[in-house]
Amino acid sequence: MSADSLPMVRALSVRKTFGQNQVLKGITLNVKQGEVLCLLGPSGSGKSTFLRCINHLETIDGGRIYVGDELIGYRQVGDELHELHPAEIAKQRSSIGMVFQRFNLFPHLTAMENVIEAPVGVKGISREDAIIRGKELLARVGLADRADFYPSELSGGQQQRVAIARALAMDPALMLFDEPTSALDPELVGDVLDVMRDLAKSGMTMIVVTHEIGFAREVADTVVFMDQGVVVEAGSPSQVLDFPQHERTQAFLRSVL
Amino acid sequence: MADAPNLNEHDIVAKPLRHPGRVVAAVIITVILGLFVWSLVSAKTIDHQIIFQYLFDIKIIEGMGITVVLTVLSMVIATALATALAVMKLSDNRLLRIVATGYIEFFRGTPLLLQIVFWGYLGIIYPNITIGIPFTNIIWFNQPTSVVISSFTAGLIALSLNEAAYAAEIVRAGILSVDKGQNEAAKSLGMSGWYTMRRIVLPQAMRVILPPMGNETISMLKSTSLLQVIAVSELYTIANQISSQNLAQIELLVVAGFWYLVLNTILGFPQRALERKFGRGFETNALTRTAKVGINVGG
Repeated sequence: MSADSLPMVRALSVRKTFGQNQVLKGITLNVKQGEVLCLLGPSGSGKSTFLRCINHLETIDGGRIYVGDELIGYRQVGDELHELHPAEIAKQRSSIGMVFQRFNLFPHLTAMENVIEAPVGVKGISREDAIIRGKELLARVGLADRADFYPSELSGGQQQRVAIARALAMDPALMLFDEPTSALDPELVGDVLDVMRDLAKSGMTMIVVTHEIGFAREVADTVVFMDQGVVVEAGSPSQVLDFPQHERTQAFLRSVL
Repeated sequence: MADAPNLNEHDIVAKPLRHPGRVVAAVIITVILGLFVWSLVSAKTIDHQIIFQYLFDIKIIEGMGITVVLTVLSMVIATALATALAVMKLSDNRLLRIVATGYIEFFRGTPLLLQIVFWGYLGIIYPNITIGIPFTNIIWFNQPTSVVISSFTAGLIALSLNEAAYAAEIVRAGILSVDKGQNEAAKSLGMSGWYTMRRIVLPQAMRVILPPMGNETISMLKSTSLLQVIAVSELYTIANQISSQNLAQIELLVVAGFWYLVLNTILGFPQRALERKFGRGFETNALTRTAKVGINVGG
């Protein structure tokens, strides 16, 4: 089996516990190269935690997560697992882009400086090249004229689009979106979803935790419904959204639609 | 409503409320201050001639130079040390946390004057300073302590180490004030912990750190006068030496006091410049700039 035919993301029986509370009870799913997977579920279902496990912002207590052919967070030597050095974890993360619910732009840097900080500081790309690429990316998210603005001078929707450009600047193989539109005023959601739609069309592999059922229906290749730390149902958007088999999925969809 | 059109056309014109209490207070305070200043100026016990004679005396100016150098150097050393202590205190390594906490407790828990005298007496505790490999005969450097550590150096060490303990808590509070999401965003971009601290967290922490550090600098400028006890030739020591010869104690106190006041006033300028620099991108600045740019904030 060649690396190309492997799924981009393989999660095998992923378990995670916070204190007494087991939030992930064995999540198994695959994401193919170029696939857009939307994770739906009520709050507290563990979907955001699962997303944060994929780039090791949370450590997992059981199971395995592979991105490409790399085991996230550990090195397997025979039967033993060895924790990776922080520098190796940082390297794994640098090829996984993440967009946060609350944007988390660096407030002391302008939009352009946000975008070029990691390419220059982490990848060692020259500042000039990074700025050329940064201009392309800001144009791509519709903010070419906002390069010199600080995050506090931008609307929430603009900030989130800069955050997407910032993540793309590292040329990630995979993009994770953690409820990217949940903190936005309703009239600003559309612009962010447009950018994500374009990104999906360009062939980016994406895992999106979202409450935007319409977006999931239109853009997702696969919709996964999670509840109480387990995958309840997974399939094509029409399977899961239009003909849900499980009572819990049906109840959730009734409550959000 | 008959007067409705008038309400639309005319702004409010009303007699301003009177504040007689404010006027009375201002008059009383002005009179008291005036009397006090006049009493000083007219006092036969103070020789104003001597004050003006020594105000620009070369020895006083030199002492002032030493005071400024001591203030700047000790604040720079203290800030560097304080940042290390703050990071240690926030570290996952328990030993580092204990060492940093112990350091801070020790240097805050004992009087600065005592610490200054201690460093001045260092040569009595350790007559020689030796650099080599312990418990062997290999020695690269061996000098009497009094040669290596002058009173200036002893004073600089005392002030820096003491100040670091206070500044460490300020830096720590600054680091903790930065949103956790900043760390996560930095991590998700593949930044290392050290890189994140240097490029993302500390620049934002500066906004919280700078105002109290300005206070510390003002405090430090005045604390340098304590080095008189180990005969560092700073401003107060020089003023003291002069007055012990010409017996014009009050006059030279006025001279020294004047210069401390001037220096502290000047210190306010770089303070404000730094606060502006690290305030970039935060609310108040943003508002003024958005106003300048005009109405172009869209969705």
